[in-house]
Amino acid sequence: MQPFELHQPATLDEVFALLEAEPDETHLMAGGTSLMLLLQLGLVEPKRVVALRRLDGNLRAIRRVPDGGLEVGALASHRQAELSDEVQAYCPALAATFGHVATVRIRNQATVGGNLAHADPAQDPPPMLIALGASVAVQSRSGQRSLPLEDLFVDYLTTTLQPGEVLTSIRLPALAPGTRATYEKFLPRTQDDYATVSVAASLRLDADGRCQDVRVALGGVAGVPLLARPVADALRGQTLTDARVAEAAALVTDLVDPPDDARGSPAYKRRMARVWTERALRRLRDADGAQP
Amino acid sequence: MSQPLSSVETPAVGLHTLRFELNGAPREVQVPGHRRLIDLLRDDLGLTGTKEGCSVGVCGACSVLVDDQVVSACLLPAAYVDGARVVTIEGLAPDDAHLSPLQDAFIRHGGFQCGICTPGQIITATALLRQHPHPSAEQVKAWMMGNLCRCTGYYKIVDSVLAAAEMGTTPVPREAVGITTD
Repeated sequence: MQPFELHQPATLDEVFALLEAEPDETHLMAGGTSLMLLLQLGLVEPKRVVALRRLDGNLRAIRRVPDGGLEVGALASHRQAELSDEVQAYCPALAATFGHVATVRIRNQATVGGNLAHADPAQDPPPMLIALGASVAVQSRSGQRSLPLEDLFVDYLTTTLQPGEVLTSIRLPALAPGTRATYEKFLPRTQDDYATVSVAASLRLDADGRCQDVRVALGGVAGVPLLARPVADALRGQTLTDARVAEAAALVTDLVDPPDDARGSPAYKRRMARVWTERALRRLRDADGAQP
Repeated sequence: MSQPLSSVETPAVGLHTLRFELNGAPREVQVPGHRRLIDLLRDDLGLTGTKEGCSVGVCGACSVLVDDQVVSACLLPAAYVDGARVVTIEGLAPDDAHLSPLQDAFIRHGGFQCGICTPGQIITATALLRQHPHPSAEQVKAWMMGNLCRCTGYYKIVDSVLAAAEMGTTPVPREAVGITTD
């Protein structure tokens, strides 16, 4: 590993100052699980690493917001999110999704915001967060902006974060009563593996059982976690018969562009993306009650 | 107490002074910012019980406790333990004449063969039993799946952890499992 200077500032202002000094030579590190890998592999060789662990505890807080939504500080660990009463009360499927990431040991260390900023499209939380309509708050010296999570991702390990910006929190909207959600992780190898493909979905039916609202997002199938808008468009307002669900799920076939790796060929993953999208939608349609 | 320093590769890289608790004793060391915790423990402090396996956070051989949480020492900058309480496999038994219940149970129940993964297995199981003194077999599997073993087939690891949970927290004399202390 190439030596680097490590800075551990206590305030965001100090972080911004360090980022401004030499933006191309500076990387931010939260839990370290991803950046330490990239550093050891020589994939990044910054002069300077800015550790965020000493920043204000608010950045690791998880809280409900008054409108019924949820705010997760970027430095909250996956383990913290998995076990959080607030996350559980907001949406049990989201808590379960955090629990699907790697192992207890990695979840202790890896942070929710670090995961998103790392932008690995095979990760578990991004599709679930996108399916629930999450946005991220980003701060810089010049202020704050917010963007839908799906707009954060550009490609493998590449985001729309600009030099000098820090992702500070993840915000989830209040879920309309009756919203159901699920995260389906296809894991044919080992329990701690990345998904071969994964599908997250949220669904709300009206009183007549028609689809009032639906969002479907996939992981491991492209350079980014993929929001499958055509699937939602095909289902909104419809009665979710088996045939209609199958037809809508088949639309992911042309949306995905899966990588060829040890988990399977692109053709195989494309089929699995369709199969697991169909399963996720049927599971939500058939779920008892309104618990998300 | 001052410890041997790791060499500084380039003069531009500053040293960090860390004060932390290691296996119950206060330590003060200086490390460059890019030093990993695994290297501080093994190379600087001579605590070679913690093993380095995959170096990418997958195998669990380098598991240590930082403030009671199990973490991968290969993925943690040493500077992150400043102010923390660190426990390695060397710190689980109170003295040379005793074993922790988990160490005893791993011996009695065949929880290891070659032994290289064992420090990480026992550290993870220690964190588990502190949070869940009477875990179910499913809980044991969910926690231990991050510690790979190529010898035991895992069943005996699960048996060992469940057996240790029955033993409580009182250290066991080494002689009880036939280990003599010189």
